[in-house]
Amino acid sequence: MSGDVAVLGAGMHPWGKWGRSFVEYGTAAARAALADAGVGWRDVDAVVGADTVRGGYPGYVAGATFARALGWQGARVSSVYAACASGAQAIATARAQILAGLADVVLVVGADAAPKGFFAPAGGDRPDDPDWLRFRLLGATNPAYFALYARRRMAVYGDTPEDFALVKVKNAAAGALNPHARYRTPVTPDEVAASPVVADPLRLLDICATSDGGAALVLSSMAYARVHGVGEPVRVRAVSTVTPTYPRAVLDLPDIATDSAAGAAPAPPFREAIATAAYEEAGIGPGDLSLAEVYDLSTALELEWYEDLGLCGRGEAAKLLREGATALGGRVPVNASGGLASFGEAVPAQAIAQVCELTWQLRGTAGPRQVPGARAGITANQGLFGHGSAVVAVR
Amino acid sequence: MTRARTPAVAGWFTDAPGGFRLLGTRCSACSAVFFPPEGAFCRNPDCAGGGELLEVPLSGRGRVWSYTDGRYRPPAPYVSDPSVPWEPYTLVAVELAAEAMVVLGQAAPGVGVADLAVGMEVELVPGVLHEDADTTWTTWHWRPVTS
Ligand SMILES: [Zn+2]
Repeated sequence: MSGDVAVLGAGMHPWGKWGRSFVEYGTAAARAALADAGVGWRDVDAVVGADTVRGGYPGYVAGATFARALGWQGARVSSVYAACASGAQAIATARAQILAGLADVVLVVGADAAPKGFFAPAGGDRPDDPDWLRFRLLGATNPAYFALYARRRMAVYGDTPEDFALVKVKNAAAGALNPHARYRTPVTPDEVAASPVVADPLRLLDICATSDGGAALVLSSMAYARVHGVGEPVRVRAVSTVTPTYPRAVLDLPDIATDSAAGAAPAPPFREAIATAAYEEAGIGPGDLSLAEVYDLSTALELEWYEDLGLCGRGEAAKLLREGATALGGRVPVNASGGLASFGEAVPAQAIAQVCELTWQLRGTAGPRQVPGARAGITANQGLFGHGSAVVAVR
Repeated sequence: MTRARTPAVAGWFTDAPGGFRLLGTRCSACSAVFFPPEGAFCRNPDCAGGGELLEVPLSGRGRVWSYTDGRYRPPAPYVSDPSVPWEPYTLVAVELAAEAMVVLGQAAPGVGVADLAVGMEVELVPGVLHEDADTTWTTWHWRPVTS
């Protein structure tokens, strides 16, 4: 298919709280991806970085920072910011350059050294920034929004805190099998129930931590992959980077209110639109998936994604979970990597890390967490301020 | 000492006769309503344009869409005194029927998650966000309708 690009290499720096610079994590991930691809750094035509804030410097940096760390070699460079969707937009930028014939081989890198505790907006008095406003006026943290969705699910669909805990149990079991994950111990339902409430009804173990981490991919044209001796590479078949459609009728981070839907034609929910765009571009549907990697910022949010991805109907996610369909060994494992529950958030890296996991799964090299015979996978995530993204990879 | 009562954010609510109300804007060309008030442009992609954005009070009552609380102290710019033990606040997302819109707010003091249910009717009331030496910073709160 002419729209495909090849994934030649995938690499990560293990996630955790390492206390070092994001440049180290990203450079280590990049070297691992290049080694995995068997591509020399000097053969890379372009570098795309997913941005992070450099401490003390009021700017977003990434692409050139990694290029400098690897040794200036003159490559084309870009840096992209899209909050949690930064990594997917970096992949989209790389893919566009390859498909446009501007580059044969592109290195995509994302890494971060995350602060401890709640994410917070940048300092200063900035009442024009909706992110600043929701903290200033309401103290509405990210977990507060996750909790609003969780409580809504309980009221509308009858989900229970025990259902939410099962998501954590499932993802921790998978993460225990992943050497790149930060948390590698299984978790029991009792442990989730015993953890303190952060934002009712969600507990500490329902919410993903912040982490340091890095992830990288080497992407190339299909022609380059063939010449390079890789006849059947994992392929990126679709990258969705959509915005919401007005009226956005579901309260979303970081907004204080939804759009008014009075007198306006209803729009599809944003998360569902992210997946739909990816399926349309890839020419596949939910029934074709072998696995999915989704943003489990909270356990309840993972259930939301099952429905948004079309793995089940509205309100049926908890049932799908309880049946074991989304666990390793189930019909369509979700977060076989262990998900953010096991990794934590390293914002610019996590959408790239999701595609690393698809790559290893589609190659059949995911070890004890391997989804047997994986042929197609989707990633899904959402970035603050209206960034949506999903990547479809196939073999 | 009397502190000046000042809205924590300008132009989002009014205590004018007729009651305490949130203030949105309405596009005169397409009727779309925005909250927080949109002063510069209509965000409806199908709007023909050329309209004015006029101030409009929002419904003073609605139904609970969802709710939660904050058991840990949020980071700045939320204002709280670190020397005082943290008291959780409650957040309520309220669905306004006429506007077909959900608006988030803190619940009135004393209203906890145990006092709320999805679908319950709530009303908008004036509230205090925090106080400093000279100023009482005012905000909006949601409170269950008792009558
Ligand atoms: Zn208009």
